[in-house]
Amino acid sequence: MSIDNETSRVLDALEAEAIWVFRETAAAFERPVLLYSIGKDSTVLLHLARKAFHPGPIPFPVMHIDTGWKFKAMYELRDRTAQELGLDLRLATNQEARDQGVTPFSHGAQEFTRIMKTVALRAALDEGQFDIAVGGARRDEERSRAKERIFSLREAGHRWEPRNQRPEFWHTVNNTLTDGQTMRVFPLSNWSELDVWRYVARENLEVVPLYFTQERPVVKRQGTWIMVDDDRMEFEAGEEPEMRRVRFRSLGDYPLSGAVEGEAADVFDIIRDIEVNRQSERAGRLIDGEGAMSMERKKAEGYF
Amino acid sequence: MKALIRVVVCGSVDDGKSTLLGRLLAETGSIPEDQLESARFTRRPGSTIPLGEVDYSLVTDGLEAEREQGITIDVAYRHLMLPSRRRAILADAPGHEQYTRNMAVAASTADVAILLIDSMRGTKRQTHRHLTVCGLMGVRHVVLAVNKLDGVGYDQGIYNELVAEVSDTARRMEIQSVIPVPVSALVGDNVLAHSPNTPWYHGPTLLDALDAADIQEELGGEVRLPVQTIIRGKQFRGYGGLVAQGVVRPGQTLTVAQSGVQAKIVKLHSLQGTEPYEPEQALPGESVTVELDKDIDIARADLLVTGEPPQLADRFAADIVWMSDQQLAHGRSYTLRCGPLEVPATVTNVRHRLDVTNGNTMAARLLEINDVGRVEIATSRPVNLEPYTESRETGGFILVDRMTGETLAAGLNRFALRRATNVVPHHFEVDREAREVLNGHPAKVLWLTGFSGSGKSTIADAVERRLHSLGIRSFVLDGDNLRSGLNKDLGFTPEDRAENVRRVAEVARLMYDAGVVVIVALVSPFRADRQAARSLFDDGEFIEAWVDTPIEVAMQRDTKGLYAKSAAGNLPNLTGVGQQYEDPETAELHLSGTADVERNVTEVIEKLLPGAVS
Repeated sequence: MSIDNETSRVLDALEAEAIWVFRETAAAFERPVLLYSIGKDSTVLLHLARKAFHPGPIPFPVMHIDTGWKFKAMYELRDRTAQELGLDLRLATNQEARDQGVTPFSHGAQEFTRIMKTVALRAALDEGQFDIAVGGARRDEERSRAKERIFSLREAGHRWEPRNQRPEFWHTVNNTLTDGQTMRVFPLSNWSELDVWRYVARENLEVVPLYFTQERPVVKRQGTWIMVDDDRMEFEAGEEPEMRRVRFRSLGDYPLSGAVEGEAADVFDIIRDIEVNRQSERAGRLIDGEGAMSMERKKAEGYF
Repeated sequence: MKALIRVVVCGSVDDGKSTLLGRLLAETGSIPEDQLESARFTRRPGSTIPLGEVDYSLVTDGLEAEREQGITIDVAYRHLMLPSRRRAILADAPGHEQYTRNMAVAASTADVAILLIDSMRGTKRQTHRHLTVCGLMGVRHVVLAVNKLDGVGYDQGIYNELVAEVSDTARRMEIQSVIPVPVSALVGDNVLAHSPNTPWYHGPTLLDALDAADIQEELGGEVRLPVQTIIRGKQFRGYGGLVAQGVVRPGQTLTVAQSGVQAKIVKLHSLQGTEPYEPEQALPGESVTVELDKDIDIARADLLVTGEPPQLADRFAADIVWMSDQQLAHGRSYTLRCGPLEVPATVTNVRHRLDVTNGNTMAARLLEINDVGRVEIATSRPVNLEPYTESRETGGFILVDRMTGETLAAGLNRFALRRATNVVPHHFEVDREAREVLNGHPAKVLWLTGFSGSGKSTIADAVERRLHSLGIRSFVLDGDNLRSGLNKDLGFTPEDRAENVRRVAEVARLMYDAGVVVIVALVSPFRADRQAARSLFDDGEFIEAWVDTPIEVAMQRDTKGLYAKSAAGNLPNLTGVGQQYEDPETAELHLSGTADVERNVTEVIEKLLPGAVS
């Protein structure tokens, strides 16, 4: 299997737009930062950033909001990538909450995410005085994202105010920021999940091996498979880890990321699966199962 | 044909727009199955669609905030997979009159429009408005969905009549092609599959019409490459930008439009996979990095071109769509942005307003939200805006409020009103840098602003004496002295003051280029005018100093007897009395006009030429 010509031309067009976004981010703002979460979207994002500034280096730091609960394989890829590409990698953690013993088990998916991701992100952006943060969100991920801008304005306190978003004309960006405003920017806005995988395939990018099927220790929880990635896993009554051939559609904190069964040995298997079954990657995320519109509320709080 | 086309969807909820879009997206597999779930099992009150089937009108449902607050927010963007495996990005704008501006946003990048009309209600003012906005924003192709045909018994006569009406209007709007399709979004007639209900129709389905819309890549024309960013690496300097027009290739000679300097493209740079790669060409719409054979002065927003550079101009006629609740303020200075270009600009005149529902023009003095009008715009320096009809990317611009950051308007340049120059600027080998080396000091501009009698001339004189004793070449441009010659045709109205400042700033710029430290002593009461002067210089080269003297002190000094005249009623426009003085907000220096002169001089010189006084 390979990527057909028309599809490849669509990828070229999406790539050209994303590179334009990266360059505008670097040239029209004071202190950009690239948010890197190690998943497939971040992998594509990082590659596009390299391409935008090649043969020069990526002219801004790369930041990982680390909850402390990512899969081991993700940390491994992160550190190796940072070293190989010579990235200015910054790590940001809500250490205070961590010290207080906040875990996915103690606080539940929604609250844990708010404390360890949204709060940590806001604090790290403030501390670094970043005026623009690049994220990997796509419009096809969820209905409420269809109205998101590529350059998304945030009011003081990182608040997303849907009524105060700027119209986007041609390739002209209004970069004026006043009164504590900042910008979030999404170069992959117009990409679909399939585009991301096809691009990974075409550009031959390395992704975390968790996307491919392997025998892994898992427990069944809320209708999905949760992988036991280390000994911090807290089991519920009657839970016993078992070995299953599973893979992940989307990666986050290991106790909150659901795996699916079914074979995918390489990227092309993943592409075929999405083409045939047409299920989105969010189906496996415990965090989004709490009301169809929860993303919109999280954004208003300063999430991506 | 373009692999990715951009589509504006025009129509309102009443025309059946959500149902049509929902069906297109769902049935082409453009939306994941699990996202359709809620459209299967949620129902609006009174819905007759059986549970378990997709209610297409719910597929594209908006934001929670919109439903709760009863508002509609701007444009929604979604992608549609086309049968050819190409892609369409649909920009879905609300249809009603109060959303003209939103439609302009959605149409600004669109190659093609889907125009939806309700066959039960016929064409309306709204249809005319949609066509006008599409025409204005440069959309050249329309796919006309004549909807709800099931409601009129699939009557071919009604269909033909509506098509004729719309085609006629579209022609007047310079829309090149209209492909009509009779549809029922609700039933699904001719949306994705041909319908037995319209045996008289032999054209394409709506999806096929969209897929066949003739959107060619325009490869012709000279290169227009606005420099977006400088790419710096180890011993590498290249220029990154999105090709606006033409095909970029190694070996081409590029001219910097502003300066006339030329250099040849050595290589294009990119990655293929993760390996370095040198592309043979870059097409319009592609992001490119070029390496040149010479190290020449190029910055962000410079326009690199082949062939004859576009004319520089600083006065333009443009159509603008006003986006803001605040009215267009005549004479106010805004920031004009076109791609990477950023320049202070003033709307100097409103010529007329366009009634988008019938195409008539009306006299107007101001523009309000959702208005479209023809205006005249002055930029503070000459720029390369091209006519919008020739290039959307280098002819479309936005106006931004500098204080609030709001995007106030979208503008479409029509033509230059005054050419800044009829000759291509000649690049001289001996430039400012060379003169600075000869002089042994950098060139600078000190801009003293403040009331009449605040002490500007006194400070200017003292600063120049100090500079002279330090061996530094300098010159004072004094407002009053210039008014006896260069500016003797000007009075003191705000317009004349703006022109006065502009001329002085231009002279300062020439003397600065001559390598001199220029000291300007000018009341220059308006922020926008001082900002315009500042914009002629690079950061750090222009030092604004506010000579801050209480008006009472200035009146008491009354060195020129102006305040006495004003008190007698003979001088209506005196700053601080009949006219406002806008305090500087960005001045590098804040000098007290009542302090010791020598102390002010020392402060000025330390700022102007750090290290010159030890």
